[in-house]
Amino acid sequence: MTGVAPTPIGERVEIGAAPGVQPVLEIRDLSIAYATVAGDLKAVSHVDLKLAPGEVVGLAGESGSGKSTLALGACRLLRPPAIIIGGDVIYRGRRIGPDGVNILEQNAKQLRELRWREIAIVFQSAMNALNPVLRVRDQMGDVLDAHLKLSREQRRDRLASLLDLVGIPRERLKSYPHELSGGMRQRVMIAMALAVDPEVVIMDEPTTALDVVVQREILAEIAELQKELQFAVLFITHDLSLLLEVADRIAILYGGRLLELGNSEEIHHRTAHPYTRGLLDSFPSVHGPRRSLAGIPGSPPDLRSIPPGCPFQPRCRFSRVECAAIDMALLPVPGSTTNHTTACPFEMPDASGVVASSALTAEGTAVPTELSVNGDRKS
Amino acid sequence: MSEQEPIGEGFASAASGVGPLVLEARELSKDFRIGSGRTGAILSAVRAVSLQLHRSAVVALVGESGSGKSTVAKLLAGQESPTAGEILLDGEPVTPSRHRSFRKYKSEVQMVFQDPFASINSVHRVRYPLQRAVRLHQRELGRKEVASELVRLLEEVRLTPADQYLDRFPHELSGGQRQRVAIARALAVKPRVLLADEPVSMLDVSIRLEVLDVIDQLRERFQLAVLYITHDIASARYFADETLVMYAGEIVERGPSEDLTQQPAHPYTQLLLASAPDPDRLGQSIQTVPTRELRRAQSAFMTTSGCRFAPRCPFADDRCRAEAPPLLAINAKRAAACWRLDVAAPELVSNQGEEERSVPLKA
Repeated sequence: MTGVAPTPIGERVEIGAAPGVQPVLEIRDLSIAYATVAGDLKAVSHVDLKLAPGEVVGLAGESGSGKSTLALGACRLLRPPAIIIGGDVIYRGRRIGPDGVNILEQNAKQLRELRWREIAIVFQSAMNALNPVLRVRDQMGDVLDAHLKLSREQRRDRLASLLDLVGIPRERLKSYPHELSGGMRQRVMIAMALAVDPEVVIMDEPTTALDVVVQREILAEIAELQKELQFAVLFITHDLSLLLEVADRIAILYGGRLLELGNSEEIHHRTAHPYTRGLLDSFPSVHGPRRSLAGIPGSPPDLRSIPPGCPFQPRCRFSRVECAAIDMALLPVPGSTTNHTTACPFEMPDASGVVASSALTAEGTAVPTELSVNGDRKS
Repeated sequence: MSEQEPIGEGFASAASGVGPLVLEARELSKDFRIGSGRTGAILSAVRAVSLQLHRSAVVALVGESGSGKSTVAKLLAGQESPTAGEILLDGEPVTPSRHRSFRKYKSEVQMVFQDPFASINSVHRVRYPLQRAVRLHQRELGRKEVASELVRLLEEVRLTPADQYLDRFPHELSGGQRQRVAIARALAVKPRVLLADEPVSMLDVSIRLEVLDVIDQLRERFQLAVLYITHDIASARYFADETLVMYAGEIVERGPSEDLTQQPAHPYTQLLLASAPDPDRLGQSIQTVPTRELRRAQSAFMTTSGCRFAPRCPFADDRCRAEAPPLLAINAKRAAACWRLDVAAPELVSNQGEEERSVPLKA
């Protein structure tokens, strides 16, 4: 007998937050491709993701994983050569009603009403996202004018209170973006995103360009605002260690596929997918005992040459022939009670992993030394 | 009053035990003039920075953007001339110039830059920058020897089979592969000192370690003295023998990496470490460090008197605002520029007997 027989592939499991709660944003089987001369390049393949009201979902992935394409595509913000080739994106906001609307079927006018009012975005590079020749007051005012009918006083008050919200002095309304520090610009972006009270805020690497100290301040601010205003957040980043701290649930994306989905606790301590394990072991930590570290061999996925089956297979330590045939449906992780799912049907031989598979260790499938964890990990 | 003495003769870099001293910076300063005429102001980007690079050892220079860490690298590489202070290679003072005689220095001290997409000319195949460096600095080599040298260089940075990579264009390579080409180019001149300015911060998380590992193995094989400049103090913990923390152009703390990261002395180092993401804090709400209301770091470079961190420091008193602290010795290998160590890190200054690091530095 070699290895463990793959778990029978069952139905696509229901993934999402607490049962019974209607997700505010539901991405169903979404696929997005970039048309190139050499044929279509599939950047996002069959992704399902739900965002419950007031929930923070983290989307982690490396460059080329499709994380930004997924988020922008879900808002219909991509231009050709990007094309959405399949799926649905259902938005059910309080102002829309429980049946929701399919974002992918909206016309230009309907989209304009949805964008910012219902789903806002904070981009990574605030310097590029803000208009350099407009004062903060004018750019933020534009958002208000587009979506709300306010009197002059109301408009002025709202602008001032938005800056208060993110901890920027009101005089800064008169400033141009270049007169603000990087952290302040990012705060202005956040204030703008919250200007008309959206229910979903997509944050695309909102703190990546910032220093760690400022990054922490901004994250604390986002967490506070989120608690206060109860919007749902889709938080996109390459920094899984950061995500573990801020997100309720985490989706791991690789080569356009979801590889693992679970709450932060499970992703951290009961990691089910070898890629997630590899990512976690790539981060040196400042706190706690020194662990042995190991990067992931090979290069990030090249979308032009994604292998059949599991896209991570070429870099996976545990890859086997069956990996080329798996259909990448998310399967429940044995023993999980909270919808922790993984696309890898095989049990990962790992001391701190999901299930200590006695079959594997007994047969002498050694745990690679680079993967062993020296220090005591909390569990 | 603090009992600590400014560091002097008895103080040694934590890297000094690894190998002999190769490159040293003594009290390096760099001022930039901003504006002109009457409105002109002086920005002192680097102020009295001293550091020692030892053979086979890694010294990390950690700081946030704008702290002056890249300026230090440029000064050491001879791309900028210092306003004050001196650089010594093997004990001999070095004067940066465009002169031919300076080429010798350049071949001893090489630099790897942050952005591998910008540091390699994209119109040339990989072969070109490597070949140029080899021909310029190893003039004695014949055509065939140059060719085999190129293959050897790429093998050193684990780009194999080397023949395949030599004729590729940079755009055909991933970020990690490009950075390895940049490292190979630096190695082509057989340097003894490698200045790596944020060598992995532009790379994907999963390949950062491998590139760091390549640098580490080369350090060992060629006994390179490495200066590792980074904003990521966690990687300094794993990678460097000694860590220097920079704030607003000054070194505020230095010491063995493990000691410094596990028991930071300077309030700024404490702030930096507290801000680093920590998955083990999972479930707790994100807390900011006590300086949240103090967002005034902007003017730190212009402060003429007192500690530059004082405006953000929770422990600052009148002395801190009046008089800039020098690096004060905590033990033979650790020092911090802080008057209030007795309050900021009481456990460090009370039991001075504690010396040897408990955990070996190299993983």
